[in-house]
Amino acid sequence: MADRTLSRRLRPYRVLLASRARAQMQYRASFVTDILGTVGVGLAEFAEVWVIFHNVDVLGGLDFTAALLVFALSNLSFSLADMFVGHLDQLPSYIRAGQVDAFYVRPLPLLAQLMTSDLSLRRVGRLSVALVALGVALTTADIAWSPATVTLIVLTVVSGTAIFSALFTAAGGLQFFLVDGAEFTNAFTYGGSYAAQQSQQVFPDPLRIFWTFVVPTAFVAYIPAVAILGLDDPLAPTWLAWLTPVAGLLAWGIAATCWRLGTRHYQGAGG
Amino acid sequence: MKTFWLLVRAGFRRHSTYRLALLAGMTTNSVFGFIRASILLAALASAGTAIGGYDAPTTIAFVWWGQALLGTVNLWGFAEVKDRVRTGDIAVDFLRPVDPQIAYLAHDLGRAGINLIGRGLPALLLGALLFDMAWPPSAVSWVAGAVSILLAVVVAFSGSFVINLLAFWLVEIRGITLLWMITGGLLCGLYLPVPWFPDWLRTIANWSPFPSMLQNPIDILAGRVVGDDIASAVGVQVFWAVALLALGQVVLRAGRRRLEVQGG
Repeated sequence: MADRTLSRRLRPYRVLLASRARAQMQYRASFVTDILGTVGVGLAEFAEVWVIFHNVDVLGGLDFTAALLVFALSNLSFSLADMFVGHLDQLPSYIRAGQVDAFYVRPLPLLAQLMTSDLSLRRVGRLSVALVALGVALTTADIAWSPATVTLIVLTVVSGTAIFSALFTAAGGLQFFLVDGAEFTNAFTYGGSYAAQQSQQVFPDPLRIFWTFVVPTAFVAYIPAVAILGLDDPLAPTWLAWLTPVAGLLAWGIAATCWRLGTRHYQGAGG
Repeated sequence: MKTFWLLVRAGFRRHSTYRLALLAGMTTNSVFGFIRASILLAALASAGTAIGGYDAPTTIAFVWWGQALLGTVNLWGFAEVKDRVRTGDIAVDFLRPVDPQIAYLAHDLGRAGINLIGRGLPALLLGALLFDMAWPPSAVSWVAGAVSILLAVVVAFSGSFVINLLAFWLVEIRGITLLWMITGGLLCGLYLPVPWFPDWLRTIANWSPFPSMLQNPIDILAGRVVGDDIASAVGVQVFWAVALLALGQVVLRAGRRRLEVQGG
């Protein structure tokens, strides 16, 4: 009974998402180009890691395989989050054009509508680069496989996606205040993604604290990778890796607050 | 020439209206600067020596000049001309007494100016305060660096202008724009210095116009390139600026012949 009401309540979203997906695949050539484009973005990000390791053997305590694992985990989570909620980035242009009001008159929650307003299928390009990198990293690295390792990997991808989605949502909430200054939030969404790809040992302590406790992107890839590979970093003990979901929950707490403040602040476009 | 100068000032003023956007851009550039500086310093520490002629202070200069010039040089290109071609508004540009390429170039130079002053230099100063950064080693480097920045803006503009004009022949140029952005971002020396690349990739980069958009001015300002090498770095930029502007004129003329605008 409860199941049925839930599925009935989710039906509008299913219909919406399916229509977005179909719409994108109408223009086949354009869709394929877009996917190739995001593959290119993924490869360019990878090239950065690869060029550094062309010059050095170890970066921030990680060898190439370990760095590849960090790269893969963070890119996987980021492209999933980007696919589901990355288009919240468009909010400033909706606000400026007065289109947010149109969402308000529809009988579904604003955030849920915005999230389902697009499903950027083209991002599967970058996602596939991340998946290949993850496959290569997991097979070449020296990992003591156990059920706990597998659980940790799954947990990391889910929580990492939650953390990046929370960052996008928090950014969306702040857009109601910023409008012209929309680029501020790129500092922690795209900046956070850039920081998440790195060995956290490269950062001086204040930055490391920032990327762990303020914008918790260290939990997306580095801390779990250290635990998976059994590496030794006194600041990233194995038990900390299991706290990744907690970081995700806290991030969502902040995101929800930002979103609520933003929508409360919004006065409409007038007219 | 007077018209050109007026258009430059108009571009400058237009973009100086959005002060919050400038501050926001500066903040984001600075955050990326901190992250990139941390990574590259860690790489240098791991290598134990300079890599590709970059030691710690010049690497810091590479990072912060790069972040400062990111908003100045239009690395990611622009879409305005493409949209005007698609809507047919470009016909209005053809009717004006100024050549469209020159008019858009003037506007872009104005945009670059305000972004350098309002967004780039503050980020650079922040980097210089917090890190041990190499300054241009001589007055020649300062002057050549300034000329090189100007040329970088022109090269990036004229390259993107040609890409925009492809909209005369193609319905959707998003794929090509994306390709331009990805190869450009990688090869211009924004993420990592071009001298750090493996040989084959460096060769590709050096045969492309992209290092002229960022790496060359940074090399001069960071003091990695000094003496006679400055002349060749600037010379390469002059070549690309002239070549791409000329190509733009050719494509613009061809597009003009192709253009059909409906309606009275």
